[in-house]
Amino acid sequence: MTIVANFALNKNRLANIKGRKIDVPGFKAPVLKKRSTAKNDNFLGWRRENGRVGVRNHVLILPLDDLSNSACEAVANNIKGTLAIPHAYGRLQFGEDLDIHFRTLIGAGSNPNVAAVVVIGIEDGWTKIIVDGIAKSGKPVVGFGIEGVGDIGTIAKASYVAKEFVQWASELQREKCDIGELWVSTKCGESDTTTGLSSCPTVGNMYDKLLPKGIYGVFGETSEITGAEHLCKARAATPEVGERWYKMWKAYQTDVIEQFKTSDLSDSQPTKGNIKGGLSTIEEKALGNLEKIGRNSTYIDILQPAEAPAKGPGLYFMDTSSAAAECVTLMAAGGYVVHTFPTGQGNVIGNPIVPVIKITGNPQTMRTMPEHIDVDVSGILRRDMTIPEAGDALIANIVRTSNGRLTAAEALGHREFSMTKLYRSA
Amino acid sequence: MSAPHLLVHEREDNVGVVVVEGLKAGTKMLCVVTHDNSSFELTANADVPIGHKVALKNLKVGDTAIKYGQDIGKMVGAAKVGDYVHVHNLKTKRW
Repeated sequence: MTIVANFALNKNRLANIKGRKIDVPGFKAPVLKKRSTAKNDNFLGWRRENGRVGVRNHVLILPLDDLSNSACEAVANNIKGTLAIPHAYGRLQFGEDLDIHFRTLIGAGSNPNVAAVVVIGIEDGWTKIIVDGIAKSGKPVVGFGIEGVGDIGTIAKASYVAKEFVQWASELQREKCDIGELWVSTKCGESDTTTGLSSCPTVGNMYDKLLPKGIYGVFGETSEITGAEHLCKARAATPEVGERWYKMWKAYQTDVIEQFKTSDLSDSQPTKGNIKGGLSTIEEKALGNLEKIGRNSTYIDILQPAEAPAKGPGLYFMDTSSAAAECVTLMAAGGYVVHTFPTGQGNVIGNPIVPVIKITGNPQTMRTMPEHIDVDVSGILRRDMTIPEAGDALIANIVRTSNGRLTAAEALGHREFSMTKLYRSA
Repeated sequence: MSAPHLLVHEREDNVGVVVVEGLKAGTKMLCVVTHDNSSFELTANADVPIGHKVALKNLKVGDTAIKYGQDIGKMVGAAKVGDYVHVHNLKTKRW
């Protein structure tokens, strides 16, 4: 027997999940007396010291390097409400690879979804580089080097400060912000043919509606434009930007793919999941991917991995891998505060500091793994939902998420923070 | 309009995408071109999973498959109208 209080069991939902191996009762939240009548043109966010607006209020415990993960996780365990983001690298890197590492950590700490940061590194020198970089955003940040102190002493000192930070942050209030102040990124994953028909055009429609309101947007996935590069080049705001984009795309083909491929990339791009979902070639995948930038938008600049945009509101292209966690991590480091993620076969990715909103148009995925999906646009395939209606549904979900509703990935604890590594460390 | 079995992006496309689960060979499919909402009928020659493609024209080895009105690769195996099109008979022209 199922005992319910203060909410009504949704029997239709039960019917919809038949066939799943785990049958669980679905439920409908209690109806609020007063529904918000806001027209999705504003949200409640945290305005940071530098004027940027965040939609989450994290206190980060940020490791400089792999060796400091343990201390960071101990601090996060001591002080409730803080968040450690362990990662794999940070020693003996050099050149462009080290630049990306620093830029990613400084960008993650500077993201407006973060209220304050405790940095821990094995030594003081590089730790100070991260602290100084984050300090430019104006938010409270402190760093500790482990050498000469040890883990236990470092954890004790860092815990005292983390406690002060989290108590201070918990008193910060949200304020009303215009939707045009949002920075919204996009990247799709476990794509199939339904993403090109439904969830990617949904994101494109959102950009067509919100970019004119002043938001910052970004798309990337350099290798995954292959087959649609002529269309992508033509979507640059100026021919000069288009030429720069094409050079960057071409460089990836010659510098990386031609150097490192063993046979062809047909087992990797498209992925096995893509192929299972019906995508046959990289060209087909790329054409669906590009649906994410809509019909009217043009990109105004090209960003390095984890680089913050600097040419004002509008759409940007970031030179990223197409691997989901790496790409979303780089976009979060660029300063984007909400991520929109179309999926076909059901990618489950999340990010520790940026809410990742999943959109699917695949009815099979909606039936087999609905707990991962925030916006269901499968009606597009049945022709009972239009792309503009789906775009409105996504915008409504972006506003709710910005107001504080946890995404499926947040509720499920997905916190993938993946550093991009260009080559072997020294 | 009842729910379609197959969606086609552009009029010039020579492949379309099955959008229902469990499609069986012999099904007379309702096909809709999303670009202009026009529709036509086509019989599927094979069981085709949701999301997978069906040839809209007779395609021979070497032909270019067209979807989104664009080149998505070359046929490495022939496909007749209504046949299943995927990695067994379609391959990238790139890497």
